[in-house]
This record gives sequence, structure tokens and C-alpha cells, in this order.
Amino acid sequence: MIVTRALSKSFGGVLAVDSIDLDVQEGERYGFLGPNGSGKTTTVRMLLGLVFATSGEIELLGREVPRRVGEALPDVGALVEGPAAYPHLSARTNLDLLDAAGPRGTRMSGRARRTRIDEVLDQVGLGGVGRKPVGAYSLGMRQRLGLAAALFGRPRLLVLDEPTNGLDPQGIQEVRQLLLQLNRGGTTVFLSSHLLAEVEQLCTRVGVMDRGRLVAQVAMDEVRRPTGRAVIRVGDPGAALALLDGRVAERSGDQLIVTDVPVEELTRRLVGAGIAVLEAVPERNSLESLVLALTGPGSDRVDGPR
Amino acid sequence: MIAVELRKLFRRPRTWISVFLLCLLPTIVAVFLAVSGVGPRPGEGPAFLSAVLSNGRLYPAAALGIVLPVFLPLAVAVVAGESIAGEASIGMLRYLLVRPVARTRLLIAKLIAVIVYTLLAVVAVAVSGLAVGILVIGEQEAGAAATITVSGTPLSTGQLLIRAGLMMGYIGWSMLGVASVALFLSTVTTSALGAALGGIAVLVGSTVLVGLDAASSVNDWLPTRYWLAWVDLFRDPILWHDIERGLLVQALWIVVLLAMAWAAFTSRDVNS
Repeated sequence: MIVTRALSKSFGGVLAVDSIDLDVQEGERYGFLGPNGSGKTTTVRMLLGLVFATSGEIELLGREVPRRVGEALPDVGALVEGPAAYPHLSARTNLDLLDAAGPRGTRMSGRARRTRIDEVLDQVGLGGVGRKPVGAYSLGMRQRLGLAAALFGRPRLLVLDEPTNGLDPQGIQEVRQLLLQLNRGGTTVFLSSHLLAEVEQLCTRVGVMDRGRLVAQVAMDEVRRPTGRAVIRVGDPGAALALLDGRVAERSGDQLIVTDVPVEELTRRLVGAGIAVLEAVPERNSLESLVLALTGPGSDRVDGPR
Repeated sequence: MIAVELRKLFRRPRTWISVFLLCLLPTIVAVFLAVSGVGPRPGEGPAFLSAVLSNGRLYPAAALGIVLPVFLPLAVAVVAGESIAGEASIGMLRYLLVRPVARTRLLIAKLIAVIVYTLLAVVAVAVSGLAVGILVIGEQEAGAAATITVSGTPLSTGQLLIRAGLMMGYIGWSMLGVASVALFLSTVTTSALGAALGGIAVLVGSTVLVGLDAASSVNDWLPTRYWLAWVDLFRDPILWHDIERGLLVQALWIVVLLAMAWAAFTSRDVNS
């Protein structure tokens, strides 16, 4: 769906995106992660033909960008850096105008369009929004409207930049369910975010950006693979320490991290020794540890000289 | 996209308010003229104003003469300056482009909306001027059945209509020059206000240079140099020389600026 080769962009000599090779497959839920200012948004804008690359190639749905981006975009729904709408018009009029603005062959007839408007507004939870001008909407409502605009043309690829911005936990959950449902129906989701939890809960694969470079591109299963260590909480940490002599890597309170012993054997030995086991799980890598290991501070942190 | 731009134009309250205000000023002037009966001496004040006291049917020309130096170009510059920069500043530009709307297409649609607005404003001022002229000023000189040209010869109603049409076309064309400046600036900034003011600045600059003898070498190529040439349409016979030159000079400005707008807009990064 999205392929880039050695894609770079410099703004006035500053390299914002540095030779990245993205590869997003059909049907994936791809998480595009990275600190603020790491080049995520510039990359998204290049994919959509808004910003022109300094060097490198982009293919969007098999079409070369920017030369043939117009052929790919009717099948792409996008939410880039926050939603936008004409503030003096209602949600319905906004969606109507946006659809009518499209090239011939991609826009709907009057009746089909009205039906579709009701459908997407329902889908994003704005079904009863009425004729209020968008200028009077809350941040969350605007976000939902932006999402509705992205979904409008039943795109094969959704490119979403921080789609849950301004939503409450309930709204975030709703959007996640909606994206999962669309994805089951065959829509590929490309989600750019700096929120690890959001990506972790939704995505099947992640790409991690840091200072303009794509420093990792891995499947979430790979990210979450067991480390081979076990995390246990026991009633008597002192006795457990003595029993597992030398195998305990870390201890904090009643929680121990044990190396080289499988969890099932560990629990058997602890219980055999009369030590109460409150918790015992294999330790897994987390997205957070991966991202923190791979990335530096975001560009919004500006340290003074020491 | 053109239909969408026109819908957006006509749904904006600003469009109608600005047209209303453009019509209001000549109306106020007409009321004062009618009440006081004192007109500016011939050769002073806005074009035509001295002539209309004798005949209200010439008032559309006077009305356009009143709004032409400042208010009409101001309104046109605001609408044209808004075109791309306004979309950019509310963030809609990116959503239009990914809809997708090809950049050239968007620019053409915006240009057409500006032209429609300009014509709307010119026609509204002329028509309201005619109504006000007949109702408020009326035909004060008894026996003056026919309208009189600036040269003093009578003009049939048919001829008057043709000449009024030509006048509106000429003024519209002149306004398109201002619109082109604002439209070009609109493609290079995200500030709609800045683009509109830039258009006005060029207009004022040009007016200053036109009045400066030392700048006579470039005088003939300035955009506002022939703005008032449409007055010649009301001479008998019509003096075509300045009108032709005016159309040509304006065409040069329009072509160059629109080409610049196109080049700037199709090659620039949209970061807003």
C-alpha cells in the first residue's frame, strides 16, 4: 500500500526526513511512532503529495507520488495534523462540499451523498449533530468530524495522524473499535502517533522514527516476544531469594525478576518450598522499552548549555 | 470544483455584506447631492459626479467612479487574497488537496469565483446606481429626454446600455489586475489579510507613481494608469486609444501574475 525508498526531505538544509524505507502491506494496522519533531508528519505529508520530497521515491497504492498521486488519493482517507472544516457551515454541509469538490467519478450523486453523510456521521458518533455550525463544536466533535471526512469515500487506506487527539477515554475506545472493524473489512490503517498505548493496542506492525530516521520496522508480535525471564511476586521475598540463589536479576519490594528458570518450574519450586506465589508471568518486551531504547528526546525538548 | 467554490462564495455572509456596503456609499453620496443640489465643479471630485446632477440616468457611471479608487479594489483584493491563503489558514487546503483536487484546478476555480464576485459587485453598484439615480436625483432639467454624453451630445437608451455594458466590462478587467496580485500573494502566504493588503499596497504604489512626473518612463505600464479610461466610453465619438492601451497593460499584469501564482502554488510544499 505504501512503499518508500530512500525518502528524504530537507527544509533549508535541515534534514527532517533522512532516507527512510517504509513498507506498509495491504490489510495491516501500521503504527508510525516517534517523538515530536522526528519527521512523522513531514513523511505523512509527502505520502499524500502535500510536501515534495527532496530525494527518494514514494509509491502509494502502486502509484508514483507526487506524479500520479491524484490516481491514488480517491482510495485514501486522511486525517493530517488535526481536523479542519469551514467554521460557518454545518458538519453535513462541510462533508457535502468536500465530496462535491472531488474529481468526476469519485463524487456521489445528491441522494447517495446524503445517505452516506448520515452513515459516516453515525459511524463516528455525530448522528444527532443537526445543523449547528462547526465553529461551535468541541475539540472532540471536530476530531470526530475529521474522521468522518476521512472515512467518507470508503477508502482502502486510512492515513491517520493523531486521530484520538482531544477525545476522552470513551471516545478513544470508540475510535479504536471503529478502526478495528474497518480493518476487518479490509481497510489498511496507517496510524501516526506519539502515544505508545494507542499504537500498542491497535497496531499489528510498527515503524519507529527518530530524528528523521526510521530506526525500526517490526511486527508487534516481535516487539512483545518473551525475554526469557520471569516476573514473580511472592509472600516471602527473603526466602525466595535464598531458594533461587543467584538467579534473581532484580528485586523491588515483593517483586523479583528471575532468569533462566521457566515459569512453570519456578512456581513448582516456590510452592514446594512453602513460599506463597502471588503472581508469576514470563517477562515480555514492551513497545515502550523498544521505543525508549531506540529514540532520543523529541525536538520539543530544548536543553540549555550546562 | 468550480460549482463548489461558487457555493462557498454565495454562502458567505461577507460576500453579500461587502456588496451591500459598496452600493451604500454611492447611495449616500446621491442623497447628499439631491438634498443640497451642490455638485463638485466639473473636473473635480470623482468622475462624472458633476454631470449627474442634470441627469440621474448617468448615475451608475458616477457610482462606479466613486467606489473605483479604493472600495471596489479593496473588496476584490480581500476576496482574492482569501482564496488560497484563507483555505490554508483554517487547514482546509490540505484536505482539499488530498480529496484530491488538483492544484491547477483549485487555482482556476478560485480565480473564477473571484471573477464572479467582481462582476457581481460591479453590476450591483451599477444597478443600484441606476435605481438611486432615477429615484433620488431624477431628471432635473426639464426637457432633457435623452441622456447626454460628456461631450454634450445626446445618447439613445440603446447606446447608453451598450456603453454601460462596456464600462462594466472594462472596470471588471481592471479589477482583475488587483485580483491577480492578491491571488498570487495568496499562494505564497498563509495570511489572507497579508495577501489582500499586499494587493492594496501595489494599487496604492501604482497610483503614487502614476501621479509622479519623475516616474513618467514607467507610467504607461503601471496597472492603475488607465483605470479611468472608461470615461472615454461616454464621449462622442468614443475615444478608444486609452481604453485599448488599458486593456493591454492590464492583460500583461494579469497574465504575468497568474502565471506566477500557478508556478508558486504547484511547486510549493503545503505545510499548513
